[in-house]
Amino acid sequence: MSNLVDYRTCPTTGLGVDKSAEKLIKANAVAAVVFLAIGGLFGLLVALTRWPAVHFLPADWFYLALTAHGLDVLLVWIIFFEMAILYFASAILLNSRLAGPKWAWAGFGLMLAGALITNVAVLRGQSSVMFTSYVPMMAEPIFYLGIILFAVGALFGCFVFFGTLVIAKRDKTYEGSVPLVTFGAVTAAIIAVFTIASGAIILIPTLLWSLGFVAHIDPLVYKTIWWGMGHSSQQINVSAHVAVWYAIAAMVFGAKPLSEKVSRTAFLMYILFLQLASAHHMLVEPGFSSEWKIFNTSYAMYLAVLGSMVHGMTVPGSIEAAQRSRGLTKGLFEWLRKAPWSNPAFAGMFMSLVFFGFIGGISGVVMGTEQINLIMHNTLYVPGHFHGTVVAGTTLAFMAITYLLVPLIFRRELMMKKLAMWQPYVFGFGVAGISVFMMGAGTLGVARRHWDMTFADAQLPFDYPSAAFLMMGLNGIFAIMAALGGLMFIVIVVGSVFFGKRLADDEKPSYPDVPPQAAAVSHYGDAETLRIPGTAFLVGIFFVAFVLYYFVNWKYLSEIWPLS
Amino acid sequence: MAITPPSERIWWRQPIARVELIWIVVAFFWGLFMFFMMIYWHGAGEQNLSNEAYQIKPLRFAEHANAMIDEYTVREENGFPVVHPPPGDDIYLIARLWQWWPILELEKDQTYRLHLSSMDWQHGFSLQPVNINVQVHPGYDMVVTIKPDQLGEYGVVCNEFCGIGHHNMVGKIYVVE
Repeated sequence: MSNLVDYRTCPTTGLGVDKSAEKLIKANAVAAVVFLAIGGLFGLLVALTRWPAVHFLPADWFYLALTAHGLDVLLVWIIFFEMAILYFASAILLNSRLAGPKWAWAGFGLMLAGALITNVAVLRGQSSVMFTSYVPMMAEPIFYLGIILFAVGALFGCFVFFGTLVIAKRDKTYEGSVPLVTFGAVTAAIIAVFTIASGAIILIPTLLWSLGFVAHIDPLVYKTIWWGMGHSSQQINVSAHVAVWYAIAAMVFGAKPLSEKVSRTAFLMYILFLQLASAHHMLVEPGFSSEWKIFNTSYAMYLAVLGSMVHGMTVPGSIEAAQRSRGLTKGLFEWLRKAPWSNPAFAGMFMSLVFFGFIGGISGVVMGTEQINLIMHNTLYVPGHFHGTVVAGTTLAFMAITYLLVPLIFRRELMMKKLAMWQPYVFGFGVAGISVFMMGAGTLGVARRHWDMTFADAQLPFDYPSAAFLMMGLNGIFAIMAALGGLMFIVIVVGSVFFGKRLADDEKPSYPDVPPQAAAVSHYGDAETLRIPGTAFLVGIFFVAFVLYYFVNWKYLSEIWPLS
Repeated sequence: MAITPPSERIWWRQPIARVELIWIVVAFFWGLFMFFMMIYWHGAGEQNLSNEAYQIKPLRFAEHANAMIDEYTVREENGFPVVHPPPGDDIYLIARLWQWWPILELEKDQTYRLHLSSMDWQHGFSLQPVNINVQVHPGYDMVVTIKPDQLGEYGVVCNEFCGIGHHNMVGKIYVVE
């Protein structure tokens, strides 16, 4: 069987690369970037409309654009890219052939068809039901059909990934345990199967309901199971982008995990507990007990949060250890100061790490506290939080690794290197601004998914405080900056993939710089000699920020009307 | 490296560095603290959402609300009845496309059992500028005991998307002496 597989040898790693896996990675990555461009454009239109001074789109177009934005970036861009990561972390990293490339292509076809169908449904104007499509509000049947097809396609991809793991193990293409990055991808794929199952359980009856075959879908049941897909799919992202952080740390610094045991256990925590997060969306709904809410919203006593906090130390810690072993040992931060900040793969990865922790992570835990959710639910604080996790976290990390994948997988020299150097900063700070200012507006009570914060046509008047208008203006400005960063990314990547200098079969890419002796630095120190004081200091700052912000919000809560 | 198999075959026997261990312990206990903080607030805090809810047919809910409106309406405002129910009573707020019906007038520092339900799609009860946010479902009657502790005029914004008139769905609650 395996002698039918067409391999090339990678000049950087010396590993065999299954060309069918490589083609699939390319196809999925290209589809991902196309939908990032479409969804990003819709996002810009949404932000310009919510900027009170601009108020760009009319109401019906605003709700249409918001629905399309959510679907195209939160679902389509990210899952397509995750498929590319799954194939990379299995076939490429394990030096194996890909299991059933035809199935993988079938999955790709289904995903593409599903994404196109749902986009058509939304653009027809009768399915502006938002990404969440809460019943009893009804979309056109093809809206649900498209999402179901997309999910089934993604399921094919997951099983091709699992199959590849089996083949690699059987053919002994690697020694010992799978690499940590592959382990992270396994985590993502396991959560993906759970996610897709939840989606099928609720969306298939909903499709039948929209066709008239089912009379009633209970809105609470819908919401609980839908978020078993909606929130868990964000945990696929977390697992995948943490794996990407480790991958970039390894590819740029030759960094070795501080402890395989700790990092793998942290991923295991994700598998065991992240799925409980559906409860984050049910904290102010009728019909759930406080016991259920407290246990589930905390991922069983915050054990999945523990996993993320552990990665928050081990990823920068592994970079610090690698840098110190190269002699960058002065003070607390020489290792960080002299890091390759002009390499977009590193810059994007490090900003993703910091923003995910400080903005997305802390706000998520605070908002997911049973009682505190009362002062945040469905305000702009919610999109503020998840732009911190999914955009500043996941999307920025995926952009960062794309800079490494273009030369390694597409075999093209990266173009416009100066522009690439700036891209992560423009996009990263733009998104950080979006997140922070939306959270600020949400704290002032501004509703999410809302066309007119002035309530000009309402029967009864109401005014938000003027500070809220300032927040939305700043949000608009930073959205333009983020959109510019997104455009830069697309120009660089599309340009390089189609017009970049082709690398010869035995040619190593010159950019971005990957340390030639990467393997050599993997043998520094051990548990007794390990020193990462800089990382420990940064983690200390994170912890103090977390604790302070947590209590500030309890203080806010204690000031509202007594409720029981 | 993280992209190659672990260099130590028996990686699960490798000791963990002290700095990692300290952080794991700190983060674990912080998680426990946050977990028990939610439970503690149920006893010590004054802001807890009730677990009281019932399934109800929308028309039945509307009957309750209309009975209250018929009995306690004190005036009209922009076509909305302003209802001043007695303190301690069960009070009803209807969410529907695209109104919060009626306007409620409550007395400061008095307790009311507020019933929330929707006649059609999901809505979001967002009391501003207090910033209390509760989801409103059709077919479910959510009962929240509230005690307004500040005088004034409050807006009720809808913060769950409910179609093209969503941004015009504004209600009002007065708190008087």
